[in-house]
Amino acid sequence: MFDIHGLTKTYTRSKQHVHALRDISLRITAGSFVAVTGPSGSGKTTLLLTLGGLIQPSAGNVTYGDQNLYTLPASQLATFRNRTIGFVLQTFNLVPYLTAVENVMLPMLPRETNGMDTLRHALDLLEKLGLADRATFLPRELSVGQQQRVAIARALANDPEVILADEPTGNLDPSLANEILDVLDDLNRSYSKTVVMVTHSPQAAARAREVLKLRDGMLVS
Amino acid sequence: MAFTFRTIVLKEIYQRKGRMVSGLLAITLGIAVIVAIQSITSVSRQVVAKKLDLLGANIMVLPQGATVDDYFSADVDAPTFPEEYVERIAASMIPGVDNMSPKLSRRIEIDGSSVILTGILPANELASKPIWQASGLMGAELALACAPSQNKESSLTEADLKAQRKAVDSLGMNEVWVGSQIAERLRVNTGSILPIEGRTFKVTHVLPETGTIDDNRIFAHLHAAQLLLGINGQVSNIEIMGCCSEISDGLLGKLRNILPDTRITTIGHIVNTQIETNTLMAKVALVLLVIIILVGSFSIGNYMWANVEERRREIGTLITIGWGRRHIYWLFLAKAIILGLVGGVLGYVVGTVSAVILGPYLAGLEIGPVLAYFWWSVVVAMVISLAGSWYPTYRAARIDPAVIMQEV
Ligand SMILES: Nc1ncnc2c1ncn2[C@@H]1O[C@H](COP(=O)(O)OP(=O)(O)O)[C@@H](O)[C@H]1O
Ligand SMILES: [Mg+2]
Repeated sequence: MFDIHGLTKTYTRSKQHVHALRDISLRITAGSFVAVTGPSGSGKTTLLLTLGGLIQPSAGNVTYGDQNLYTLPASQLATFRNRTIGFVLQTFNLVPYLTAVENVMLPMLPRETNGMDTLRHALDLLEKLGLADRATFLPRELSVGQQQRVAIARALANDPEVILADEPTGNLDPSLANEILDVLDDLNRSYSKTVVMVTHSPQAAARAREVLKLRDGMLVS
Repeated sequence: MAFTFRTIVLKEIYQRKGRMVSGLLAITLGIAVIVAIQSITSVSRQVVAKKLDLLGANIMVLPQGATVDDYFSADVDAPTFPEEYVERIAASMIPGVDNMSPKLSRRIEIDGSSVILTGILPANELASKPIWQASGLMGAELALACAPSQNKESSLTEADLKAQRKAVDSLGMNEVWVGSQIAERLRVNTGSILPIEGRTFKVTHVLPETGTIDDNRIFAHLHAAQLLLGINGQVSNIEIMGCCSEISDGLLGKLRNILPDTRITTIGHIVNTQIETNTLMAKVALVLLVIIILVGSFSIGNYMWANVEERRREIGTLITIGWGRRHIYWLFLAKAIILGLVGGVLGYVVGTVSAVILGPYLAGLEIGPVLAYFWWSVVVAMVISLAGSWYPTYRAARIDPAVIMQEV
């Protein structure tokens, strides 16, 4: 599914070079649940966003199926992110002035779909995540756990094959964290979604079926 | 309600409406200033045109070498030219010639006092509006026409003028109209018999006092005057009522072509002044327009730039979830279009209301709304808004989506 070969990312900021990823090669098969762990600054987020078609690598390539992501034109890469990937982020990144259900509909806007269908679909997703009665709430009117579930519903809007989650439980207390992990686990088991989750929490990593350890931009296991 | 790009744009604007007001201010004020100026000048232009129309003649055909002074002094040896020129003008069918009035004027003596005898053709003999008043009105009305703020309009209303003109529709061969000053000096009234150069005339009108040279004038039928003065078939001038736009379009030149041995001027340079004023106003408005477009675009650009900056995370998120560049473009251009629309409409309303309120104070004019400026306002505001938003929008679509990882 994901084939990563010789992946290298070097950030250059004010003539300082930061080697975030160094020559990483790995394969992530369809339907797996992978946790990426490692100390802060080890390159976890960079790896995840590179998989999601958001960061142009300095060297190496990422292929998904038969698509070599970073040779695609920008518009096709956007379509790849839109249809194939669902992002769940530590800071939720909900649009503050839109309601829960509108946030869930955001990924459906670039697709030419019927307005009524998208609304029904978004409400269904919220209901599955236990937020049926919060559809018209603004993000600030929701608890953090609820906000993260809205973000998951948004990630699922276009029924993606892959969920990329960056510290999805990082801002949540342990019981809420478990709820979110249950959701991800269920998506992987019952809906056979490929889940790649960055976390520095051992408890979270334990829920995955495969763990990758990063240190200084290199794979250590 | 369907959830669309427009929903997002409107909700975002609504959420930050305070900031939008400041963003809109430049567009709205700019458009308002131009609309107000245009509304006032267009009305004052109409007023000038109307006054010129009331004034009657605005072009004078004089004999070669004659001055307007010759015309007023009307000395015995003042040059003349053939009356037949009237037909020449009429036959040429030059557009812009509304009316003509041939005149013959001579200073004569009656009972020892010097008066000016002016022969005119009544309307029924020329199929034209008699405009004998023109030269007399000129002095009083010229200032009015050029500086509409000195409002003396009330002294001579349109109705009065029309009534007087109508009265001259017919003038018999042995009838005269007498200026107020002469009437007083010679002690004549309506109905009196007045001998002039051995012939007797009946006074059919004593003209109201105008404070001009006309008060010292006797109007007779042109052909009677020619007979009396022994200058058959000659006139001292032809007054022509020409239309403003055609005058600026070369009406004078066309007249000169068919009447080569005459001197053709515009009365009191009203027309020139008018044209100069219009060009000056047009230039001022153009410069103002350019400034307003520049300042407006800059200020909208500033506002949009700040808007893009504060929405970096939101834009990064949208790019992350698969919005393409063209969707981001749309998000901001739609906003620019809404700003342009609102700015244009508000600018039009504010400008029109200001013109209506200020018009009477600034220009002594009643100003009404000009609907054509509405569309103009919207289009210009749209241009300002899109011009200012273009670069921030371009930057927005190129935001590095990695901003989504930054801690809040
Ligand atoms: N946009 C960036 N510009 C410069 N350096 C960056 C940028 N993003 C990340 N880095 C650096 O790259 C390294 C890896 O960062 P990151 O992938 O965020 O690690 P992690 O998610 O494991 O904490 C860090 O040293 C970080 O400071
Ligand atoms: Mg990270």
